[in-house]
Amino acid sequence: MDQLVKINSKNIVYKGGVDDKLMLKYILRRLLVTLITVLGATVILFIIIQFLPGDPATVILGPRATPEIIEELRAKMWLDQPVYVQLFRFLYNIIRGDLGTDVLNYMPVRTLVFNALPHTIVLAITSIFIASVIGIPLGTYAAAYKNSLADKITGLLSISMIAIPAFLAGVLFLLFFSVYLDWFPAMGGGKEGDIISQIWHLILPAGSLALGWIGYLARIMRASVLEEMTEDYVRTARSKGLRERTVVFKHVLRGALIPVIAVIGVGFGNLLGGAVITEIIFHRPGLGTLIYHAIQSRNYPIVQGGLIIAVLLYSLVNLLADLSYSFIDPRVRSD
Amino acid sequence: MSENRNYLKEIINNIKESNLRRVFTDPLGLFGFLLILFLVLIAIFAPYIAPYSSSDIDIANRLASPSSRHLFGTDNLGRDVFSRLVFGSRIALTVPILTISFGIILAIIFGLIAGYSSERVGNIFLVIFDIIKSFPALLFAMTVIALTGSNLFVLIIIIGITRFPAYARLIRAQTLRVKGKEYVIAAKAIGASIFKIMYKHILPNVIGPIFIQAAMDIPVVITFVAALSFLGLGVPPPTPSWGTMIKIGYSFIRIAPWMVIFGGIALVWATLGFTLFGEALRDNLDPRLNRQR
Repeated sequence: MDQLVKINSKNIVYKGGVDDKLMLKYILRRLLVTLITVLGATVILFIIIQFLPGDPATVILGPRATPEIIEELRAKMWLDQPVYVQLFRFLYNIIRGDLGTDVLNYMPVRTLVFNALPHTIVLAITSIFIASVIGIPLGTYAAAYKNSLADKITGLLSISMIAIPAFLAGVLFLLFFSVYLDWFPAMGGGKEGDIISQIWHLILPAGSLALGWIGYLARIMRASVLEEMTEDYVRTARSKGLRERTVVFKHVLRGALIPVIAVIGVGFGNLLGGAVITEIIFHRPGLGTLIYHAIQSRNYPIVQGGLIIAVLLYSLVNLLADLSYSFIDPRVRSD
Repeated sequence: MSENRNYLKEIINNIKESNLRRVFTDPLGLFGFLLILFLVLIAIFAPYIAPYSSSDIDIANRLASPSSRHLFGTDNLGRDVFSRLVFGSRIALTVPILTISFGIILAIIFGLIAGYSSERVGNIFLVIFDIIKSFPALLFAMTVIALTGSNLFVLIIIIGITRFPAYARLIRAQTLRVKGKEYVIAAKAIGASIFKIMYKHILPNVIGPIFIQAAMDIPVVITFVAALSFLGLGVPPPTPSWGTMIKIGYSFIRIAPWMVIFGGIALVWATLGFTLFGEALRDNLDPRLNRQR
C-alpha cells in the first residue's frame, strides 16, 4: 500500500513495465478485500439468523408436531449441533454452491435464487440504461447552455427527480400510467417466453427505478462537461474557430463521459439493492420479492441464500466498477 | 493543498465570515431552508394544526375522498389523512436525526480508534467498514427488522449501523491527518491520557466535515425509513408515518388514491428541503471544496 501511495500517476502512465505490475497488485488487493467482505458478510448473516426467534424445524412442522418429530428434523437440519459446527457446515456448503433447501416446499434454494436473479438483473440494467439515455444528454445540454434558463430548469428538474424516492415513484407511476391512463400493465413480469409482454411489463418498474438516476446522471454529466471544457485542448479547438456545438459534442463529450461511466458502475450496484421495493410494488418476480416473501413466511434458508447472493453480486459489481475506473483513471490506484 | 488545516475551525470561520449568509442568499438553499422550517413548525404545533387526533376514527366515512370535513380524505379505518400527515412529520423528522446521531457516535468511536491505531489495525477496521457497506442496506435492514420485530429503537440502531461506515471513514482519514501534528505530540509528551488526546485534541479537529455529510444524509435516511414503513417493517402502527400511509394508499390505490398523493407530497417536501439545504451548506461551508464555481 505504501509503495502504491508513493508512485504517482505519471510513473504509472509513462513507465510501461511498472503499469502492469501495479495494476495486477491493485486487482489482487481489491479481489482479496472483496473475498473477505463476502465471507465476513456471510458470517454476520449466519450470526444474525442464529439470534432470531422461531426455530426452523418448528416452523416447518407447524404447531401440532410432536417433540420427537421436531427433534428428528432438527437433527436432519444439523440444528442440534453446536453453533460453530453449523457455521462451518454452512460455509462449506456455500463454497460447494449448495445454499440449502427451502423449508416449506423442499426446493433447493439455489434454484429459487437463480430463477429469480435474472429478473432483478434485467430490471437494474434496463433502469440504468433509461437513466443514461435521458440523463447524459440532459446534463450535456445543460452544460452547453450553462446559466441559461434551460440549464436552470434542468437543474431544478434533476434535483426534484433525486428527491423522489424510487418506491414513491413506483407507486405514483402505477397510479398515473396504469390506474388512470391504463397504458401499462400494473403487475407481474409478463408472460413467460413472450418478449413483447415482458418488455411491456418492464417499462414502468424500470422507469420508476431510473427516475432518481436520471437526475443524478444529469448533474454529474453537467459538472463533468463543465470541468472538461476548462482543458487546454478545448481552448485550442475553439481557437481553431470550430463551432461551439462541434467542440462540445465532438471533443468534450469523450473526456467528460469517463467519470460518468464509473458512476454508472456504482449505480448499477445501488439499483440492484433498490430494485427490491420496486419488484414488490409491481409484483414482479425477482430476488427482492423472493427474499421479502421468504421473510414473511420465516423461510430462513431462502433469506440466507438470497442475501448471500445479493451481497456477492453487489460486491462483484462494485469491484468491477472500481477496477474499470482505475483502468480509465490511473490516479485511483494510488488511493 | 496545505496539510495544516483545521476543518472545524475553517467551517466556523466560514460561518463567522458570513458564509452562512451565503447559504441563505443562495435561492435554492433558502428555499430548502423554508421547506424545512415549515415542516419543523408543523411538527411542533401539530396538535394545534391537525383538526383530529391521529387515531380518531370516523367509521361512517371510511376511504372518503377529500372534502371540507376531511381536507385530504380519510384512510381505510376512517382516520383523517391530513391529521395523520401533520402528526407524521414528527416521526419523519426525529427518526433520521436520532439515527444519524447514533451513526455519528459509532463513527467517532471506531473512526478515532481506526485512525489513531497502527496502520495494520486501521486497515482491519477499514475492511470491517467495507463489509458493513457491502450489505445492500435495504435488504439487510428488511431482514433484521422482519425477524426482530419492528420498533423505533431497532429501526434507529439498524439504520445507524448501515450509515456509520461512511462517517467513520471520514473521521479516520481526518485523524490520520491530525495525529502527527505538534499539538498532539506535545499533549502526548506532557503525559495526557489517550482518551484526553482523542477527546480534546483530535476530535474537535476531525468532526467538522461529518456535520455536512450528516446534513446531506438526512434525506437519504428519511427515504429509507419511509421505504421500510412502506414494506410494513418501519415505524410500527398506529404511530402515524408517511411511509405507512403510502403503503395503505397503495393497497387502495384504485379507489382512494389521495393517500398516496398527499403522503407522497409530504415525503418529497421533506427530502427536497433537506437535499437543497444540505447542498447549499456543503457548497458554502465545506472547506474541502475549492470554490471555483
